[in-house]
Amino acid sequence: MSLRLEPRDHASVGLKLTVSLAAGVIALLLVAIPVVAAGGTPLEAYWLMLQGAFGSMFALSETLNRATPLILTGLAAAVAFRAKLWNIGAEGQLYIGALAAVCVGSGLLQLPPALMIPTVMIAGFLAGGLMMVIPTIIKQRFGADEVVITLLLNFVVILFIQMLVEGVLKDPLSMGWPQSVPLIVEAKLPKLLPRLRMHWGLITGLVAALILWLMVRKTVLGFEIRAVGENKAAARFAGIPVDATMLKVALISGGLAGLAGVGEVAGVKGYLSADLSPGFGYSGIVVAMLAGLSPVGTVIAAVFVAAVFVGADSMSRATGISSYIADLVVALSLLCVLVGSFFLRFRVKFERRQVEA
Amino acid sequence: MTDAPVLLSLRNITKRFGALTANDAISLDLHRGEILALLGENGAGKTTLMNILFGHYVQDEGDVRVLSDDGALATLPPGSPGAALKAGIGMVHQHFTLAENLSGLANIRLGTEPLLSFGRESAARAKVKKIITESGLDVDLDRRVADLTVGEKQRIEILKALYRDAKVLILDEPTAVLTPQEAEGLFVVLRRLATNGLGVIFISHKLGEVLAVSHRILVLRAGKKAGELVTAQADRRAIADLMVGKAVAEVVRIPALPGETLMEFDDVSLHAAGRQALSGVNLKLRAGEIVGLAGVSGNGQSGIAALISGLAVPSSGTLRLYGEAVTKASPRDLVTSGVARMPEDRQHDGVVGTMSVADNIAIEEVRSPAFSKMGLLDRKAMRERATSAISGYDVRCPGPDAEARLLSGGNVQKLILARVLEREPRVILANQPTRGLDVGAQAEVHRRILAARDRGAAVLVISEDLDELFALADRFVVVHAGELSDAGSSESLDRGTIGLMMAGQARPPVGIAS
Amino acid sequence: MDVLFDILGSANFWAAAIRIATPLIFGVLGALICERAGVLNLGIEGIFVAGAMAGWLAVYLGAGLWGGVLVAALAGALFGLLHAFLTVILGLSQHVSGIGITLLATSVSYFTYRTALPDVTSPPRIAAFQPLNIPGLSDLPFIGPALFQQTPLTFLALVFVVLVALVLYRTPLGLAIRAVGDNPASVEAQGLSVVGLRVGAVVVGSALMALGGAFLTMSAFDAFFFGMVNGRGWICIALVVFASWQPGKALLGALLFGAFDAFQIRLQAQIGQVVPGQVFLMLPYLLSIVALILVARRADYPRALLQPWTKGQRH
Repeated sequence: MSLRLEPRDHASVGLKLTVSLAAGVIALLLVAIPVVAAGGTPLEAYWLMLQGAFGSMFALSETLNRATPLILTGLAAAVAFRAKLWNIGAEGQLYIGALAAVCVGSGLLQLPPALMIPTVMIAGFLAGGLMMVIPTIIKQRFGADEVVITLLLNFVVILFIQMLVEGVLKDPLSMGWPQSVPLIVEAKLPKLLPRLRMHWGLITGLVAALILWLMVRKTVLGFEIRAVGENKAAARFAGIPVDATMLKVALISGGLAGLAGVGEVAGVKGYLSADLSPGFGYSGIVVAMLAGLSPVGTVIAAVFVAAVFVGADSMSRATGISSYIADLVVALSLLCVLVGSFFLRFRVKFERRQVEA
Repeated sequence: MTDAPVLLSLRNITKRFGALTANDAISLDLHRGEILALLGENGAGKTTLMNILFGHYVQDEGDVRVLSDDGALATLPPGSPGAALKAGIGMVHQHFTLAENLSGLANIRLGTEPLLSFGRESAARAKVKKIITESGLDVDLDRRVADLTVGEKQRIEILKALYRDAKVLILDEPTAVLTPQEAEGLFVVLRRLATNGLGVIFISHKLGEVLAVSHRILVLRAGKKAGELVTAQADRRAIADLMVGKAVAEVVRIPALPGETLMEFDDVSLHAAGRQALSGVNLKLRAGEIVGLAGVSGNGQSGIAALISGLAVPSSGTLRLYGEAVTKASPRDLVTSGVARMPEDRQHDGVVGTMSVADNIAIEEVRSPAFSKMGLLDRKAMRERATSAISGYDVRCPGPDAEARLLSGGNVQKLILARVLEREPRVILANQPTRGLDVGAQAEVHRRILAARDRGAAVLVISEDLDELFALADRFVVVHAGELSDAGSSESLDRGTIGLMMAGQARPPVGIAS
Repeated sequence: MDVLFDILGSANFWAAAIRIATPLIFGVLGALICERAGVLNLGIEGIFVAGAMAGWLAVYLGAGLWGGVLVAALAGALFGLLHAFLTVILGLSQHVSGIGITLLATSVSYFTYRTALPDVTSPPRIAAFQPLNIPGLSDLPFIGPALFQQTPLTFLALVFVVLVALVLYRTPLGLAIRAVGDNPASVEAQGLSVVGLRVGAVVVGSALMALGGAFLTMSAFDAFFFGMVNGRGWICIALVVFASWQPGKALLGALLFGAFDAFQIRLQAQIGQVVPGQVFLMLPYLLSIVALILVARRADYPRALLQPWTKGQRH
């Protein structure tokens, strides 16, 4: 018997789905090891996680609430990675988007909700987008790698936010807590259902996914983004303006991450603080990869990742197993789906080889 | 010659890639002091055979035997370049396998010494110097390989093999990157090495040079051995028939009737990546005329191609299209004004492999009303265009939705022809239009280019293959070190004159040229 | 101006600069080895965390300081091996694998720490490395306290700079590593193993990165806490470009960075009332970005960086 690899001509949608699903399941199975190491029983832990994520209307709402920013940061990563623009800065873009929402929406403008909410969203989108357009311009003008720059900018942005919420933006009524002045009521995203935290940001995420899906399949821009992402040289030769296309991608990608920040500020917290995001930007990368960079898949993957976090929190409270288990599942899912991408490219064949005597 | 001992013996080598049999039970013997030419069309299986011999590929059947030190033929373990090297097989690949950030000497030493050892450089240097003296392969050993010329890099490659005491030297298409004169120099070295006892396998698809340098010729066709003959007794016509297998219809060319100038280079210079790529180039492309651009690769062809493709604008001087200066580097503008461009590296620059055939045919005009309205793609129009192109240009593919990366080189070129010629362009750039294509596809591409000319298009053909240029061009220009010289009408020219101009010598006055 | 001279004139400042530079020296050297062989290792940030946690935990559990160093290096090597398996052997995206390694190493470390010490609120301290007293040198006026009162790990970092430079430029192994990062075909054609060289480089490089993390818990802060690595790994990735992939320049870059950081801390102490503290904290990251932009145009990236290799492949 011997193993042989054959390149695949085409990976079907079914296969892609299987690979992503398998990656999530394997990651969940692998964390049985740390669960046991922490003195728990895996099956009980899984059950508690499932309960915690989907077991009640409240749990479901919490999961979807958590999925809302992940859909948007996931889309941000997916659209950028498709164009081979390595935006690892969604975390920072999210905060800048949130900052813009607070700047516009905390009393500077007084508009009715029907105008105020779109204004806040546009401000957040543009601010987040700008946060990605800058590293992209730097890459184009100076050739500096966007990966490291967007990574480092995350730290800069969070410190900047800290500075603001302890300084000029600090809420005088916050009793010393480092948080910004609150948004006015008109700027806040309405809840979807009474007494549950789910808010209209979720609808924003779903609409964004739909728009991206249409953009990729139906529009000239989507065509050009695909061409630039798959083969920059051929795209340039064929007359597609590569730099301009990349800037559009950067704006969309950063903008989506910025919208995630708007959602957290205007939909959940109501004010800005430096602990607004527990790493939504980084988890967005995992979401996008799990989704195979597909917009629709991103929604599903975001719900999965959110469920893992919400479920692990609840499981942790019940069993005392550290909730960092969720981060472990997420990291392992990313690596599993990466290994899975190997099987999308190659067919593994076992074959008997005749050995000459 | 055949009395000399056998150095290397291939027995019934078979290699399949999926449905394709690249090598079908091929056997050959190589003797000491012999230069054996492996001749065949592109795709005949030459390179596959040599990659098996060197251990890059594993054969499905057959074995490779090499003369070992005890005088017997020992079987080489398949798939092990290390074992091939150890057995005394040296290979000079078509694409050099050199680390460009290291010196020539470092490249030669690479892999010959224990990984953790010190102070072995001087002994290595002495040995290489000795080999240089014996073989005549003179080259600066301490320069970074990146700074060497192509010919010098090739010498480093040969030295690498000789340094490891190679008994067998394999050269894959070694003259593709050399001027005719440099190639002649290489032949002198090879003959000298053979005289010293080395066995040489010389892979080529150029009949002329094979006749000039080899002792024996093995012809491959479609993966099979088509014939084996002693060079001294070989007949040019007979070998050509063996090689191609069937008589290929000559492409008929009627004399050109040049019309008005459509594109003009007026004292054009170009700087690229800090270097002078072109200086003071003057060139007129006229309606109904094919201009052939000859030159050793890397002498400015890519600059001229970049200008016509809209990827660059002149650093000084003027490029005119229909009398108007081109001031903006925009492939899209050129395409819209009727310029057709075939890229040099068609797989890399010509198609987006993971996009469909239909997408790749529409890609240049995706913003035109033909394929989109208000930013929305007209998928139906794209498919229709692709379907007609597939049949009209005989693009062999599963259909308009197939990914372009699944197409063979010849079919990719047909796809590009379909993309650019369908618009009836007025100016055509054909950059290496048939490199790597088989004879049939070659003839098809030539026929299309000639038809476009007869229709009144102005064509520039850039090629490293002089035969191709002579088959197509009405007029020749030669580029050397970024300068372009006019060589005149193709009727008045021969290969020798072009070769001299490619090497940088001025065109001899008419009458003295041989 | 007086402030400037006061700071530059204190031995304490120079000692701090070297101390701050030490983890970066390990990190840059590790990244340099990986990248010279053609593999970008964005796992560095997580490997720092893993090294910091593993080294600290080993000492906490009684392994001894050098035992802790060894455990840290092994932890790094293990994550390196995983990265190498994914990127070199399976040929998968170095970007994504690196991010994945960072997430995994970080979460494994945090989870282990939480599981090992479920109830602690303030991080327990260990008896960490103490500054060496080198007879003759440490007692020199100014020079002694400025340069020679460092912990053994700092001296180890300097030894590694010399060692890496020596291997890279003076041995056939170094030749092979530099070649495999430029053109793997050159290495394969000479009978060496591309996979072997790359896997080896990534494993060794990752072990060095982990030592950078270990320095934080075993020489600098004497305890492990969440978020302590704080982007140091990413800074190393920027510094390696700044250093043009040369060990000597890597040392220089890390020291410059350390000096700058030590300087801003002191400056902050002096004029901190005027400017918010976060401005100073931002400076290291901004400095790294600026350094990256300045050298980017002439940066001589290893040509094969990010490019997977399959056997028998040609260009």
